[in-house]
Amino acid sequence: MEILNIEGAEDTPKIILDKNNGIFEISGRSLPEDSAEFYRPVLEWLRSYAKVANPTMDFVIKLEYFNTASSKLILDVLSTLEDIKGTTIQWYHHEDDEDMEDAGKEFSELVEISFEFKTY
Amino acid sequence: MKFIYDLHQSMKTNNVVLVYEGDFTQTTTKSILSMAERNLESSGEESGIKKRIFNVMVEALQNIVKHSDEIQEGENKHHAAIFLIGNEQCRYSIMSGNPIRNENIPTLRKSLEKINGLDKEGLKELYKEIIKNTTISEKGGAGLGFVDMARKSGEKLEWSFVDVDSEFSFFCLKVNISRTKE
Repeated sequence: MEILNIEGAEDTPKIILDKNNGIFEISGRSLPEDSAEFYRPVLEWLRSYAKVANPTMDFVIKLEYFNTASSKLILDVLSTLEDIKGTTIQWYHHEDDEDMEDAGKEFSELVEISFEFKTY
Repeated sequence: MKFIYDLHQSMKTNNVVLVYEGDFTQTTTKSILSMAERNLESSGEESGIKKRIFNVMVEALQNIVKHSDEIQEGENKHHAAIFLIGNEQCRYSIMSGNPIRNENIPTLRKSLEKINGLDKEGLKELYKEIIKNTTISEKGGAGLGFVDMARKSGEKLEWSFVDVDSEFSFFCLKVNISRTKE
């Protein structure tokens, strides 16, 4: 599968989805003007990946900040991952960012995927 | 030219540290955010509070970009809105004002009243209920902005509709963020 590599910007996150090297990561800030449009390629990539998935996938979400429109799309990403066996979400939050930790916990209550919480 | 001095005095009296008036786009949103972020960075404010201020600013600014109704003046359409940050001794305030068509007021009022009627747990439940069921609107919103602002604030949202004319009102919003930890 082709690698999906999106460079981060001040209002959009860095995204790497690389099946061969087992790297799946969303990091940075997410407050795009059009969140549905921004996350569309991510959702499409994951739907294709689902058909040829690796036995396990550690999906890293390491966001410093996301807006509410992105939170809906993050839930869409998680819902897509829900159907892929062997998926674990590694939810990172800055050690003094309780709100981001809580946000991860709320997402974990909304989908049936195992979450590991980590600090950076 | 006295209005310049008056405006300056009025900002000082009302503890306003930043005002932006004019057209709001994603580009202006980014500029205002980075400016406010630099100011907060140099203020030495606690990082949790900085994050909350940033959070509420993003939602308030993107609300204006996405939802402010356009006023037609002659040939010109414009989003004549205003965004302010207040810095008082014990709290920050994120304030915004934008035109709203009178027919859109009842829906907004109802949603704000509902949010202000909820406690912390109630807001969390409402957030989860909306995020599960919402789809991104044509305007690009998830319908979560005010709930999120109320959660980050921890206080009630302050709001009012000021009459402009038979077609429009001006929607004023104030979101407080306490400087002391809960």
